[in-house]
Amino acid sequence: MLGKLTWSAIPFDQPIPLVAAALVGVVLLGVIAWVAVAGWLPYLWREWITSVDHKRIGVMYVILGLVMLIRGFSDAILMRSHQALAYNAPGYLPPEHYDQIFSAHGTIMIFFGAMPFMIGLMNFVVPLQLGVRDVAFPTLNSVSFWLTATGALLVNVSLVVGEFARTGWWPSPPLSEVTYSPGVGVDYYLWAIQISGIGTLMSGINLVTTILKMRAPGMSYLRMPMFCWTALASNMLIIAAFPILTATLAMLTLDRYLGFHFFTDEAGGNSMLFMNLFWAWGHPEVYILALPAYGVFSEVISTFSGKPLFAYRSMVWATLAICLLSFMVWLHHFFTMGPGGDVNGVFGITSMIIAVPTGVKIFDWMFTMYGGRVRFTTPMLWSVAFLVTFVVGGATGVLLAIPPADFVLHNSLFLVAHFHNVMVSAVVFAAFAGYTYWFPKAFGFTLDEWWGKAAFWFSLVGYVWVFTPLYVVGLLGMTRRLQHFSVAEWYPWIVAASLGVIVMVFGVVCQVVQLVVSIRRREQLRDVTGDPWDGRSLEWATASPPPSFNFAVMPRVEGEEAYWAIKQRAREQARLREEPDYEPVEMPLNSPTGFVCAFFATLVGFAMIWHIWWLAALGLAGAFATFVVFAWRDRVEYEIPADAVARINRRNRASRLEALQQARRKEAA
Amino acid sequence: MSSSAAMPGAVPGVVPMRRDPNHLGHHAAGEGETRAPGRGIGGPAPKRIVVGYGFWIFLLSDIVMFAAFFAAFAVLQGGTAGGPTGAELFDLTNVAIETGLLLLSSFACGIATLALNARRPLAFQAAMAVTFLFGAGFLALELREFTDLVARDAGPTRSAFLSAFFTVVGCHGLHVTAGLLWLLTMMAQVLAKGFRPDILRRVMCFSLFWHALDIVWVAVFTVVYLMGAAT
Repeated sequence: MLGKLTWSAIPFDQPIPLVAAALVGVVLLGVIAWVAVAGWLPYLWREWITSVDHKRIGVMYVILGLVMLIRGFSDAILMRSHQALAYNAPGYLPPEHYDQIFSAHGTIMIFFGAMPFMIGLMNFVVPLQLGVRDVAFPTLNSVSFWLTATGALLVNVSLVVGEFARTGWWPSPPLSEVTYSPGVGVDYYLWAIQISGIGTLMSGINLVTTILKMRAPGMSYLRMPMFCWTALASNMLIIAAFPILTATLAMLTLDRYLGFHFFTDEAGGNSMLFMNLFWAWGHPEVYILALPAYGVFSEVISTFSGKPLFAYRSMVWATLAICLLSFMVWLHHFFTMGPGGDVNGVFGITSMIIAVPTGVKIFDWMFTMYGGRVRFTTPMLWSVAFLVTFVVGGATGVLLAIPPADFVLHNSLFLVAHFHNVMVSAVVFAAFAGYTYWFPKAFGFTLDEWWGKAAFWFSLVGYVWVFTPLYVVGLLGMTRRLQHFSVAEWYPWIVAASLGVIVMVFGVVCQVVQLVVSIRRREQLRDVTGDPWDGRSLEWATASPPPSFNFAVMPRVEGEEAYWAIKQRAREQARLREEPDYEPVEMPLNSPTGFVCAFFATLVGFAMIWHIWWLAALGLAGAFATFVVFAWRDRVEYEIPADAVARINRRNRASRLEALQQARRKEAA
Repeated sequence: MSSSAAMPGAVPGVVPMRRDPNHLGHHAAGEGETRAPGRGIGGPAPKRIVVGYGFWIFLLSDIVMFAAFFAAFAVLQGGTAGGPTGAELFDLTNVAIETGLLLLSSFACGIATLALNARRPLAFQAAMAVTFLFGAGFLALELREFTDLVARDAGPTRSAFLSAFFTVVGCHGLHVTAGLLWLLTMMAQVLAKGFRPDILRRVMCFSLFWHALDIVWVAVFTVVYLMGAAT
């Protein structure tokens, strides 16, 4: 009846996961109870859970990303503190638990921390920057988000029901085959990633269609803000790369469930096939995360330097070059696994070539700042720190791209330090830069600068403090994923890295405090004009938070930096544009399809993990029924009458006009 | 215009800079209108275009997924582990009949689209029914082939070659099955709701899907069966 699921799946003998899960459970139940008592459940259901508004979905993606970044960070705390106690000692985590933690850390950070954060920013910002009212497929967008949430849920359920993979975040066969990993850990990984991967693919299709087919009149490709370009490149990579991951994990699933022989190394199977296919997705995935990050930095640096982005055209070309090159370097992930000197040489060179367009970008950002009046706000601090630290990470990457050097350094903590150096400084720094930069657009008030800067400095110092010792200890020969060690000269570096984690904890705390303080001080921090940073692209042309329809009338774009041109004209003429003729706006109706579909997907995933076949069939039937019900709807849109649109827009125009006159008065005085 | 006015970002009080020579938008798509369609002049595309475009992208991603399975098949083709090879197993007559059924099904699907464009509900339902029958016939033959292979101890667990074979062909078969389910849903929708614009768009996507399965089948037929039977 319940497949492999019995009471023995709950790890009663392991206090750490149980206590952690109990804590999370209590907090979750507390939040739900609080929300229910306050009577907010109907509001949440109506305005958020069933929302198909790209802004709401973007915000929910970012919240999921934030929570999962903290979840992944707690794994990092466990690993670093454990290793500090594991010199000639067993530490406090048993090996099979330690293995699950480093696997979960990587899986959660990549798939459920970084990905939702970046997709959330793209979801929120891209339609606003393009001057349109929503993405191409609003309900599909909701489905994408909830499927991603399903994946995150399944990974976290594995903490208490069963176990997680012990194979590392990429489940290499034959270790991940059922012979060597008979438990449900790898199955949790497979189903969580498959389900959230479908969501990611749908989101990629949605955003590419939006960018290529839905832009405000006059918004030609080379007038798009850089963030739209990087979002386009990133989502094209999603479309081209995620199906490979789906196919690869499907093959591993068939091996594990039905005894196929893709990667078993028996009966003709070949585990190197997995390595090739996985990294054919895995390396583009690096750029799926990094490209939107580059876009965030482009927007932030240009805005806070008070200048257009330097060499916009070269930035577009660099973005597209990275998009293409990212598919030509996958083999550098396994130089040492026998491809031979010639093949290694080719892939070493392609890996180094990818540093060229990235270098172009670095110079473009620096020249954007050059000669500008740079304002060192929190988002700008994150961006400048990125420029400095990312170059170090890039340089160690070029070093690792040399096959002979890789033979010495592969699988060492030097490698771990390298990819954290690039992923954290690009993706995490961009996440927080973008979060602070667009927060006022989403919620109508800015985030507290003092706490933001405190969070930034603690995070930056902590991050350099953690990973510099790891570079050193990697050069001293320490390999990754060691549960305990007995080499005396490694010990001080490992302790140093653990102390750095404490500094990073302060950074996380400041980030949380910043949010709380800002919400409490929201009246002082209110953004009345909708343009708190003196921005340059169209998202700043509408109110903060934007109305559900984004723009009362679709903006006409007459050049690049569409909003800057509008603003300059307003400043020169000391008046706003003519008030437009308002027309009623058609907006898509909210729909629970995404949530219900994800509920059934959760059933399917959980049932497949535990071999509860009837439940899996039920879940699939439910998901199909959900789509049929959705397709049977007769009303799909609602109309916002013209006078309501006018009322909302006039309010924003009034505050903008006042700001304009204030600026004039200041200039005159 | 002075150079500082030409540079929108110039801050008063800062030394005027020369205009960024690579600052695109001022040349190719900046001042003045671009006339080329699809470059943004007209604003968002109509819904039918957006839906079709998005679905095409989905089909491309689906083909990438098949490409990964094909790559696996190509790598594992020799991994027969002493078991039967393609030359010993494949019955090309059966595959030829399957191909014929699938192509006829696509032809009927094309007729259904014509009936749809002519707004003839009866012809549409009839053509869709024929599409379904040919598709189901294809599936039945494929299932017979599969059960036959398993009965001859040439199931997917026998060797890596057979694992890859069953996966490529089976994945196509699963797509056909999903397509049949979708087909029935569309027949019911047209019956219940008539030729509404959103339903027309869905039928358009379905027919794109059905024809794309043909394209994938051509690859299956060539790479798996013809080239597989030759080795």
